[in-house]
Amino acid sequence: MNLHEYQAKALLARYGVPVPKGVVVLAANDIHRVVSEVGGPVWVVKAQIHAGGRGKGGGVKIAKNPNDAAKAAHDILGMTLVTHQTGPKGKEVHRVYIEQGANIARELYFSILLDRATSRVTLMGSTEGGMDIEEVAAKMPDKIVRVSIDPVTGMQPYHARKMAFALGLKGSELKTGVPLMMAAYKTYMECDASLVEINPMCVTNEGNVVALDAKIVIDDNALFRQQEIAGMRDETEENHAELRAQRASINYVKLDGDIGCLVNGAGLAMATMDLIKHSGGEPANFLDVGGGAPKERVVEAFNIILEDPNVKGILVNIFAGINRCDIIAEGVVAATKEVQMKVPLVVRLEGTNVEEGRRILSNSKLSIIAADGLADAAEKIVSAVRSAA
Amino acid sequence: MSILIDADTRVIVQGITGAQGTFHTEQALAYGTKVVGGVTPGKGGTQHLGLPVFDTVAEAAEATGATATGIYVPPPFAADAVLEAADAGLELAVCITEGIPVLDMVRVKRALQGSGMRMIGPNTAGIITPGSCKIGIMPGHIHMPGKVGIASKSGTLTYEAVEQTTKAGLGQSTCVGIGGDPVNGSPFIDILELFLADPGTEAIIMIGEIGGSFEEEAAAFIRRSRIKKPMAGFIAGATAPPGKRMGHAGAIISGGAGTAEGKKEAMRSAGIAVADSLTNIGATLVNLLLGRLPPTRSARPRRRAG
Repeated sequence: MNLHEYQAKALLARYGVPVPKGVVVLAANDIHRVVSEVGGPVWVVKAQIHAGGRGKGGGVKIAKNPNDAAKAAHDILGMTLVTHQTGPKGKEVHRVYIEQGANIARELYFSILLDRATSRVTLMGSTEGGMDIEEVAAKMPDKIVRVSIDPVTGMQPYHARKMAFALGLKGSELKTGVPLMMAAYKTYMECDASLVEINPMCVTNEGNVVALDAKIVIDDNALFRQQEIAGMRDETEENHAELRAQRASINYVKLDGDIGCLVNGAGLAMATMDLIKHSGGEPANFLDVGGGAPKERVVEAFNIILEDPNVKGILVNIFAGINRCDIIAEGVVAATKEVQMKVPLVVRLEGTNVEEGRRILSNSKLSIIAADGLADAAEKIVSAVRSAA
Repeated sequence: MSILIDADTRVIVQGITGAQGTFHTEQALAYGTKVVGGVTPGKGGTQHLGLPVFDTVAEAAEATGATATGIYVPPPFAADAVLEAADAGLELAVCITEGIPVLDMVRVKRALQGSGMRMIGPNTAGIITPGSCKIGIMPGHIHMPGKVGIASKSGTLTYEAVEQTTKAGLGQSTCVGIGGDPVNGSPFIDILELFLADPGTEAIIMIGEIGGSFEEEAAAFIRRSRIKKPMAGFIAGATAPPGKRMGHAGAIISGGAGTAEGKKEAMRSAGIAVADSLTNIGATLVNLLLGRLPPTRSARPRRRAG
């Protein structure tokens, strides 16, 4: 789960990370009050959306007087912001963060993440603050410093010093830099984060180290014990169909093609997308209906797939282990009647109770195209969608 | 022959009285697995499915002589269950549970270093040695005792490979699901090492997916290995968009790393025959065994001069 910058900064500040003073604005008539509450002499006004590249897209403005700050906030609130991460349609800005500007001497990069190769939490730093770390990794890999943390000891001050010296912090900068990194680690561990990224981490003219921008991603699997953070979820940032799927315990990711897929198992769902592409089609979605799926969930899965106006055909691919083919088949039949399916539907069933499942489909008298094996299923749906077009 | 489990393996089930634990214990018993007891704290001394239930893993191990456990407890309690199994001196824990917080697994992984217990999973369909022992949620009837070892991140894709190798008459020695999480007990390398050393495993199938680097590390291991066995591979997720989690917690391409193409290339360069579609994983292996494939670099038999 992604947090907004202002939410990430509030969490970090709670654990002792220095952040500029700032207040979020949700409604235009709060802007004047917030501008004076934050105080100058410099204001930074930032769009709060779950995407990077806000500055280049016009979502970050710097103002040197209260009137300009208020005007910038009015301009940004409600604008549609397009960045390299939002896609061409962009995202409408519903929240604006107004904070005090800092006197920046140097910009650094600091993050904490899981290193999957070592199965350990790792600190990552670079002197190239403000740049995308992927870009730094591609162009100047030797500029990236990594410090691995043994879960037995957790992060120790020497880990932070190692990073601080590698980033060129010295003198009084160490006195704020080291505690900042320790506090960021504490945030990471106690909030069950999978990423804490401070970019830029800035050294001010006064010799302090401050988190100027912050991004936090929380491990979805840990939300059951992070109730407060779970409540910070901004559903307007998420794809409507993906949210609807989540509520029904369905894993769904929307894609750009025209063949909808309903599959059990994440691996098989991915491989089914690949197979459609391999057979000359384009998948419209990833969908894993999950194990032990009841009829109602299968029906909801069809509804979600058909909500996408691009879908011109559906491939159901089930290899039932814990699932039962007869229950899936009942769901397919119920959904076909309920949603008045107007697109071709190809079904491939295999595994537990497959004979019963096939019998339910053929007795239904619905125009369901039964497939004999996987390759056949993919070819049939691709040609059905082609001939319908 | 097989790896990890066989007909003599004595198995307990942690979370045996829950819905999942109950259903899959019934299935395992019907398959002929030697399930000898279960653990549910607070229900010690009772019977469930005709098996004794214990309060602790240590008591269960002591009373039944079990060496392996199948774990079906909910995510908040799963890390604790794994650590309890290690503390009780079990040799093998198969953790089926999906949805364990990743920081829990970071701690478990570290705690298991130097312990005598191997962990498989979490978020796995489990392990099966066909005809002998099943710890997991896979449908037993599709399997056939045989010679192909299968290691996989995905349950349903394993079923596909099982069905294809069964239809081809090859059968399986053991199938191991390593699980779809970013941190797991045993990555591909560990399982491949066991398959290479197992005389009953004559060929290997490895099924990976996008995200992380277990496949690349396994490929590097295979390239270095002195023991060679015919090996086919498959990677799911070539059409997955970057930055999006595809169902499994670990299935995400981040920062350009963990792509399907990168993994396939790593496998090919290690002499693994990569299937271009999930429909021909079995056929790829069969062709390799019959010498019908254009041999890859290190799989090519040395031709003597003259």
